[in-house]
Amino acid sequence: MFALADGNNFYASCERVFQPKLEGVPVVVLSNNDGCVVARSEEAKAIGIEMGAPEFKMRPLMRRHGVRVFSSNYTLYGDMSARMMATLSGMAPATEIYSIDECFLDYRGVKNPETLASQTREKVRRWTGLPVSIGIADTKVLAKAANRLAKMRRREIGVLQITASNREEWLRQLPVEKVWGIGRAHTARLAARNVVTALDFANHDKGEIRKTMGVVGERMAWELNGVSCVDLDEILPAKKQILCAKSFGTPLSDLADLEVALATYTDRVGEKLRAQGSVCGALQVFLLTNQFRPDQPQYTPQMTVTIPEATSYSPELIATAISLLRRMWKPGYQFRKVGVVLHDISDSVQLDLFAPSRNAEAKARLQAVVDSLDGRVRWGTMGFDESWKLRAEFRSNRWTTEISELPIARV
Amino acid sequence: MPRDKGFDMAGESRSLFSMRGSILGLATEFLSVHELPFLETRVPAGFPSPADDYLEKNIALQDLLVSNPTATFLMKVEGHSMKDAGIFDGDIAVVDRSVAAVHGKIVVAVVDGEFTVKRLIYRAGRCVLQGANPAFPDIEVSDCCENRVWGVVTNVIHKL
Repeated sequence: MFALADGNNFYASCERVFQPKLEGVPVVVLSNNDGCVVARSEEAKAIGIEMGAPEFKMRPLMRRHGVRVFSSNYTLYGDMSARMMATLSGMAPATEIYSIDECFLDYRGVKNPETLASQTREKVRRWTGLPVSIGIADTKVLAKAANRLAKMRRREIGVLQITASNREEWLRQLPVEKVWGIGRAHTARLAARNVVTALDFANHDKGEIRKTMGVVGERMAWELNGVSCVDLDEILPAKKQILCAKSFGTPLSDLADLEVALATYTDRVGEKLRAQGSVCGALQVFLLTNQFRPDQPQYTPQMTVTIPEATSYSPELIATAISLLRRMWKPGYQFRKVGVVLHDISDSVQLDLFAPSRNAEAKARLQAVVDSLDGRVRWGTMGFDESWKLRAEFRSNRWTTEISELPIARV
Repeated sequence: MPRDKGFDMAGESRSLFSMRGSILGLATEFLSVHELPFLETRVPAGFPSPADDYLEKNIALQDLLVSNPTATFLMKVEGHSMKDAGIFDGDIAVVDRSVAAVHGKIVVAVVDGEFTVKRLIYRAGRCVLQGANPAFPDIEVSDCCENRVWGVVTNVIHKL
């Protein structure tokens, strides 16, 4: 059995934790360069602000409703994500971080999954201030569906379990386009064949699904029938962030081992980034000890760095990731997981990334990145003030990582 | 035939070493140009440094102040209402959200959408946010107290 914990309106919720005045107020977060809407609070959704819409298009509507607009603050989101994931990893024997705000929990053998999920949700809320919803089911795709349904139908409780006996009833209530990985093109084609709900899709002829949607589509349908068969990487669409974090078979404590693991993961996310023709403007590295072993010393650091010039160049990404790892690593801890997240993803200007002539330029740029890291570590992270000022007019403080930007308590 | 997919707990470490040498080489080259100052020298595999046992003997101030880093945040204090509790203007409060906000704890509470630091007192079923300075009145809270408490202040960093 799997549970999927997903932060509600994650970026907007991160902004709210440190600005209680935003409670009940529509909140919108913009992409890099303040271009498009990348996150909306429930209130912002309700007044019709669209995901991905350009800021200038939404401006009149946002002004009219007093929407609070923020630039992306990846330093804050990265830190809050790491806190959320660390809290979750103490609530299940195994976890698989899927994106900045989504994490699968291993619920095998759990007697009362809904009770455990409620406790988990409450703990994340208490420890981090972030609201999460949790979907529970026998497969990952069903757990994702349960999560969607929890957000749609169980807003207050925030937990929903799909079981063998209620599966059909729930899937009937879920439009097929809400199923993971089913895009608009497929939705239209499926509608022509009277496949409208997730249940229709689960019951649809598997051979035909395979013909039009390939083997991944067929596996999705199997998963909706309770048969576990999907590799998550296969269905992750081009996203606002790219992440790779795996648990080790045996915990690692040696820096050299962690470096090899991190370099591998970073190379992998770099490949994904280039495959979708994007560049990233921020990179995060995190480490997790086994939170499920309170008898062992715990250490769950993360660092997020903004890269002055967006890149998809693997050596640059790897070197940046490794320099972050070296700053965080401490001896004497058994690390269960290391992860890398690419944030602030945008379309790349077309370049031949591996042309030999680019090496020198990339090297020079990397050196500049590492240069600017020096002597700027404060409370476990670093900031590039100049680059932030250029691109982020409405960025909130880096409340959790910058000593000069702490929240103020008036006493 | 669907494959069974579970968690990635095993098998990953094997593939770590199939890392493409060229990329890692390039990255390492970059880093060697720019070795970070506090890096320890690498010890050949299999021979632990005799110094390793002493590495952890430094006093870690962080550990002294923060028992649950996942749930701990820092806040800057402004004002004088808590001076008799040893919290002064300009101090940095260490706030742990995982600590239970019981009677008598000094907490960060949200009042009118702003953070404030006060002592939490339950008096005859009522919730009171009490200052530690006779010049300031107590704040009676009528609604649910749990929703107002943001975290518990566990330490204060005070610069002399």
